[in-house]
Amino acid sequence: MKVLVPTPLRSYTKQKGQVEATGSTLADLLWDLDRRFPGLRFRIITEQDEIREHIKLFVNQEQVRELSLSLQPSDEVQIICALSGG
Amino acid sequence: METVSLEVKPTSGPFALLVGTRKGGFILRGDKSRRDWKLTEPIFLGSSVHHIVSDPRDGRTLLMAARTGHLGPTVFRSTDRGKTWKEASRPPAFPKAPEGQPGLAVHHVFWLSPGHADEPNVWYAGSSPPGLFRSEDGGQSWESIAGFNEHPMRSAWVGGEQEAPPGGATLHSILIDPRDPKHIYVGVSTGGFFESTDLGANWDPLNKGCVADFIPAPDPEYGHDPHRALMHPLMPDRLYQQNHCGIYRMDRPEGRWVRIGAKMPKKIGDIGFPIVLHPRDPDTVWVFPMDATSVWPRTSPGGKPATYVTHNAGKSWQRQDKGLPQEQAWFTVKRQAMATDAHEPVGVYFGTTGGEVWASRNEGEAWTCIARHLPEVYSVEVAELLR
Repeated sequence: MKVLVPTPLRSYTKQKGQVEATGSTLADLLWDLDRRFPGLRFRIITEQDEIREHIKLFVNQEQVRELSLSLQPSDEVQIICALSGG
Repeated sequence: METVSLEVKPTSGPFALLVGTRKGGFILRGDKSRRDWKLTEPIFLGSSVHHIVSDPRDGRTLLMAARTGHLGPTVFRSTDRGKTWKEASRPPAFPKAPEGQPGLAVHHVFWLSPGHADEPNVWYAGSSPPGLFRSEDGGQSWESIAGFNEHPMRSAWVGGEQEAPPGGATLHSILIDPRDPKHIYVGVSTGGFFESTDLGANWDPLNKGCVADFIPAPDPEYGHDPHRALMHPLMPDRLYQQNHCGIYRMDRPEGRWVRIGAKMPKKIGDIGFPIVLHPRDPDTVWVFPMDATSVWPRTSPGGKPATYVTHNAGKSWQRQDKGLPQEQAWFTVKRQAMATDAHEPVGVYFGTTGGEVWASRNEGEAWTCIARHLPEVYSVEVAELLR
């Protein structure tokens, strides 16, 4: 399925803003992303499988907070970095 | 006390200051005279860089502890003296907690220490929240040290978020005994000073004699706030620490801290963050006192910054402020933001939260500002560059 990668994480995807990955759940998808782009998963979730602060995940433009969410091959996953502060 | 029969000759070659800041890393390259300094372009601009440390065992490898909001905690490695950097394939991380139980997640890697001289690829890292990690491949992959991170007393030692300093509780000052790689000390802020004699498998608090005036019980076993601790490489039984509650020395095997800051001028006090060694004289250390009156401004007392040095292991202290602003200078120097080189005479360096780096080529006798307008300085380390 299509995964949209924000600018700060493109150092892991050879500067690609859109990549392909597979997975029946969001958790599976993150593992597949990490296989394709080593190190990317740990930038999105912590070692306790919690979505990092300043990271938001959207599936078909709906924000999701549970990695157990089921995915379909036609879904679009978007990763957003939301930084703020001085 | 045992001394190590290791002759340390003064260095004289080119070297660099490794400057970690809230918005990136910088390298200040100095010439042999230590008069001319060149500042590199920022490294990973926008990342919080807590520590950049060189490997004294090969003279070219650097490790950098970095974090940004979106990238989270990690370690970068350079094997060409800082020209190029590569991220660790497995950064420091706590073990995954059993399902349904809360687990720890590294917020940022705070401290980096090269391992023992006989273990050339070993590095240690300390994190916030307090955690201890070890790499055996030069910093490319990291393992959690269960003996500390899963110690049944860890949560009691470290306390909760309410006990943590504003930047978060940290594990720092990872000190490796040059006589024995299994003998390790660490400082935890807050938590105290701890010792392991079995490569980190077991730990004991080592805080007797150290004041913790924020704990009602007298002489508590743990819960103290060491800001930075030192072990002298030529006299590994000689320990120093700059604590939240004073400056201390301990001479092992005795296990009691002596408050050598009691000899500091009363109007200055003995509170601060950094403390640094003379590489060849175990009786000499420098500190940078901070105002700890009333609500703890943590700025130079009276707006008049100065280092203080002792040449007799804390029996007396001398003020050093030549070249520093004489008034209205409200410097704050963080615990990692002070360092010494190994030249003769020794160079002393510090960085301020206002983005300046100051240098003394003569052991603190006179100071010169060698960089300004940087982001908030988190750390300053010296890298001797071997050819």
